[in-house]
Amino acid sequence: MRDVSIIGIGQTPVGEHWDRSLRHLAYDAVAAAMQDAGVQRADALYVGNMLSGEISGQSHLGPLIADFAGLRGIEAVKIEGACGSGAAAVRMGYLAVASGLQDIAICAGVEKMTDDVGNRLTGGLAQAADADYEVIHGISFVALNALLMRRYLYEYKVRHEDFAGFSINAHANAVGNPNAMFRRPITAEAFKKAAMVADPINLLDSSPMADGAAAVILCPTERAGEFTNNAVRIAASAMATDSLSIHDRYDPLWLQAAQDSAQRAYRQAGVGPDDIHLFELHDAFTIMAAMSLEASGFAERGKGWQLAVNGDIRPGGRLPVCTMGGLKARGHPVGATGVYQIVEAAQQLRGEAGDCQIPNARLAMAQNIGGSGSTIVTHILEGR
Amino acid sequence: MGIAQNWRLRSQRYGLVGEVCDDCGEKIFPPRDVCPYCTQPAQTPFQFSGRGEVFSHTTIYNPPTGYEEFVPYTVALVKLEEGPLVTAQLTDVDPEEVNIGQPVEMVTRKIREDGPEGLIMYGYKFRPRLQEV
Repeated sequence: MRDVSIIGIGQTPVGEHWDRSLRHLAYDAVAAAMQDAGVQRADALYVGNMLSGEISGQSHLGPLIADFAGLRGIEAVKIEGACGSGAAAVRMGYLAVASGLQDIAICAGVEKMTDDVGNRLTGGLAQAADADYEVIHGISFVALNALLMRRYLYEYKVRHEDFAGFSINAHANAVGNPNAMFRRPITAEAFKKAAMVADPINLLDSSPMADGAAAVILCPTERAGEFTNNAVRIAASAMATDSLSIHDRYDPLWLQAAQDSAQRAYRQAGVGPDDIHLFELHDAFTIMAAMSLEASGFAERGKGWQLAVNGDIRPGGRLPVCTMGGLKARGHPVGATGVYQIVEAAQQLRGEAGDCQIPNARLAMAQNIGGSGSTIVTHILEGR
Repeated sequence: MGIAQNWRLRSQRYGLVGEVCDDCGEKIFPPRDVCPYCTQPAQTPFQFSGRGEVFSHTTIYNPPTGYEEFVPYTVALVKLEEGPLVTAQLTDVDPEEVNIGQPVEMVTRKIREDGPEGLIMYGYKFRPRLQEV
């Protein structure tokens, strides 16, 4: 196995891109990443995406994006793992380069959601869950998270407002990120009074649907110096799965796939939770942020929310999370999100995070979650 | 969902039929052919009693396509007496009056309708358990 590094990053602003289609957004991110790396060609392209078939009527994104980006002929394929598609695509690129079969791999994530905002989009997102035994009962994706959150509040005797810190931190951080969707702070009062979506989850627990694309270029670490003096090493890459549905979990309040992938990643990188300087976690809903912190070893069971209450997750805290706004405020273009997390972690490690910069960050973790915890991909990145 | 996709699920939808593992004895719903606890084949049918209690619940105001007529409706994880959790709608109850731990029982109701000329799908929902007299 070869050591692998990120030599280029690219992203579009996250938001409502009425004038840019799926292929244009993907091109923007891929072209920016190729320019950043200074490469004209690549050996392979892995495109993370969830909803292209449902929303744009377009499957088969591998050749479409490769051709559109001027890369006709190379190996290219769409990678789908619901909201975890983006990091899954990076994982596939990592495997390709680490194995020695490919030298330059492009890993992109793209999602075009705003062409259909309504019940069809709600139904498309619900396809991340079990069609025969969850979705058929009229359940939406937010409702699945609401079932988890209500049980969490009940079992651990926590108040809903104890989760406010996750969203307040995300919004405060997004102010400094020019690519974020919501660049404005929110207050605890606003969190408390936000409109209910599926009780107990309200609007400010929830990340927004959006369009966006992000990309990274990977190559063997031994060759990274040919392209850049600011490469970010992939110290660990790990994926784990759990049951598709919540009702099939041994313990619905524990993200087993987060624990499994985080532990594999710590082992590969030879580090532990205490060594991580910042954590781009998957705050699709505040409850996911808390459960991710617990299963990844940053908090005890039932106590992930305490890191939001005591300020540990803020810049300058013990473990800054969602340093560029997270899913909540940067926005959540589902299949692209995992690549955004890795691009943002790389920005931090390269010292290019601008107003969001965490000083002296050298080791960053990114965790992307598909479905209600069914596919979880954890990466640990190391700066120079 | 097409006709055959629904037809294949008839004994689950109408009868709450799962499986029992011949090896470790765990009761399994939904059925899945391999026991998730011991990974041995589990293909012996087992009909659940339909009795259980609310494990968690939420009320939906923004439904996916096909469920608009039921809004607002409550979905729940129901912990069956025999062990497994099942995802289903609650019915015959005011969303405000649902609580974790509430005893419920299975009933058969309309699940969804694919437009005026499409399929009408029936299946299990759960209602507050009736008092025994």
